[in-house]
Amino acid sequence: MLSVQGINVFYGAIHALKDLSITVNEGEIVTLIGANGAGKSTLLKTLSGLLKPKTGSVDFLGKPIAGQSVQAIVKQGLIHCPEGRRVFANMSVEENLELGAYLQNSGSLAADFEMVYKTFPRLLERKKQLAGTLSGGEQQMLAMGRALMGHPKLLLLDEPSMGLAPLLVQDIFRIIQEVNAAGTTVLLVEQNAHQALKIAHRAYVLETGRVVLEGDAKELADSEDIKSAYLGGH
Amino acid sequence: MAMEYFIQQLINGISVGSIYALIALGYTMVYGIIKLINFAHGDVFMVGSFIGLYSARNLANAGLPPVLVLLLSLVISMTVSALLGISIERLAYKPLRKASRIAVLITAIGVSFLLEYTGVAIVGPQAQGFPEILNKKQYTLFGSIQVDSNQIMILGTTIVLMIILQFIVHRTKIGKAMRAVSYDMEAARLMGINVDRTISATFAIGSALAAAAGVIFGMTYNSVDPMMGVLPGLKAFVAAVLGGIGSIPGALVGGLLLGTVETEVSSLGYSSWRDGVAFAVLILILIFKPSGLFGKNVREKV
Repeated sequence: MLSVQGINVFYGAIHALKDLSITVNEGEIVTLIGANGAGKSTLLKTLSGLLKPKTGSVDFLGKPIAGQSVQAIVKQGLIHCPEGRRVFANMSVEENLELGAYLQNSGSLAADFEMVYKTFPRLLERKKQLAGTLSGGEQQMLAMGRALMGHPKLLLLDEPSMGLAPLLVQDIFRIIQEVNAAGTTVLLVEQNAHQALKIAHRAYVLETGRVVLEGDAKELADSEDIKSAYLGGH
Repeated sequence: MAMEYFIQQLINGISVGSIYALIALGYTMVYGIIKLINFAHGDVFMVGSFIGLYSARNLANAGLPPVLVLLLSLVISMTVSALLGISIERLAYKPLRKASRIAVLITAIGVSFLLEYTGVAIVGPQAQGFPEILNKKQYTLFGSIQVDSNQIMILGTTIVLMIILQFIVHRTKIGKAMRAVSYDMEAARLMGINVDRTISATFAIGSALAAAAGVIFGMTYNSVDPMMGVLPGLKAFVAAVLGGIGSIPGALVGGLLLGTVETEVSSLGYSSWRDGVAFAVLILILIFKPSGLFGKNVREKV
């Protein structure tokens, strides 16, 4: 579904991604793990078109998308739910969701609202409330619901569990699995490598802009290197 | 008697304030979306006034009824100015989207001069009389308060435009996109919102409102010239800052408040202080409440 081949991405003078290649197959949950500054968010921003790779190729559904506008990429079903939620705090929950469906035909809007409210019942209770007044967990649900409104074929999730209470983290990961089971492919960036490896099919480990390890999520979760470096224990 | 005099001046102040408010909206909307103080905005108001003048003159000569002349002049002037606003943004500001804010600000001042002196080159520097579109009628309320038909027309036009603006900003897709872009441009882009088109729409709406203010100004003061946008432009900027730059209700309240304060100051016999008071208001606001009446305190993100 997604094939990234040898991309190099620069942030000004900083060489943020170096000859990086990954693939994501239809139906998978793939997770990217790695320390802060390893280039995980940079990779997601490159996939959604916020950043342009200097060299290398990005193919989505068999077509090259590197260099296209964000709008064109969103239209093809690659949707990026950014780090830090980035909900529109000055607008209501309902309006936020509506903006998520910006490029959809208004015909499917009612059904999409229903689907999102079914996944996140809390959002239905709060639909007239300003997004800025929601708790951190609710804002994360809103950010994900908003992304789902855009009919993602591939959903990029950047740190969905960041700053959330452990119970909510469980909720968020359960919902990611549900969304995936309903047919959406997921590329997940997480600090919480332990949880991410539990729900993912495959994983890539990034270090300073390169892929240093890749493989089956279960195997990586059991590997001693990963345990000591990312899972905080032996 | 003193009370009636005060109310009389209040009514006059609201007329002037409506003009400031309509111009201030353009400042505040553009600032909200691209963080630019568009100093050419007062000159778009001037262009709008001239287009209104020529439309009104020709339409009246063609023998149309006065109300139709007014409506058509407003529509033509607002449409042409909207296109002017879009062109200014596309040609002058869009290429500088990634440049420093001071570069764009200086460009805006350049565009302002360009419009003023192009105006001088085309119509000459002298003031021209604005045609009397509607016959002025005086009405007397409560025995001694005078209201003329122009003031009623100004208030009516302003209220109708505000309702349309509220509808666009809160109920339409482009309005929601405008609010989203002004809150978080990158997140808006991730929704698939076309940011460039949204910015163009903001300039179009702001410029159209300034043009409406230009027509109203012409009808009120009966005199237009290529430099007429300078002072009202600056004062509308003060009004926008007073209300809290970036806030639409703030621009409206700031404009009406500034117009009222100015008129009351002149009516107390200090008319030579009128302009000074407007800028004193700016200084006081910047010292005591820089975020303005409706502005949010902007905290640095951690």
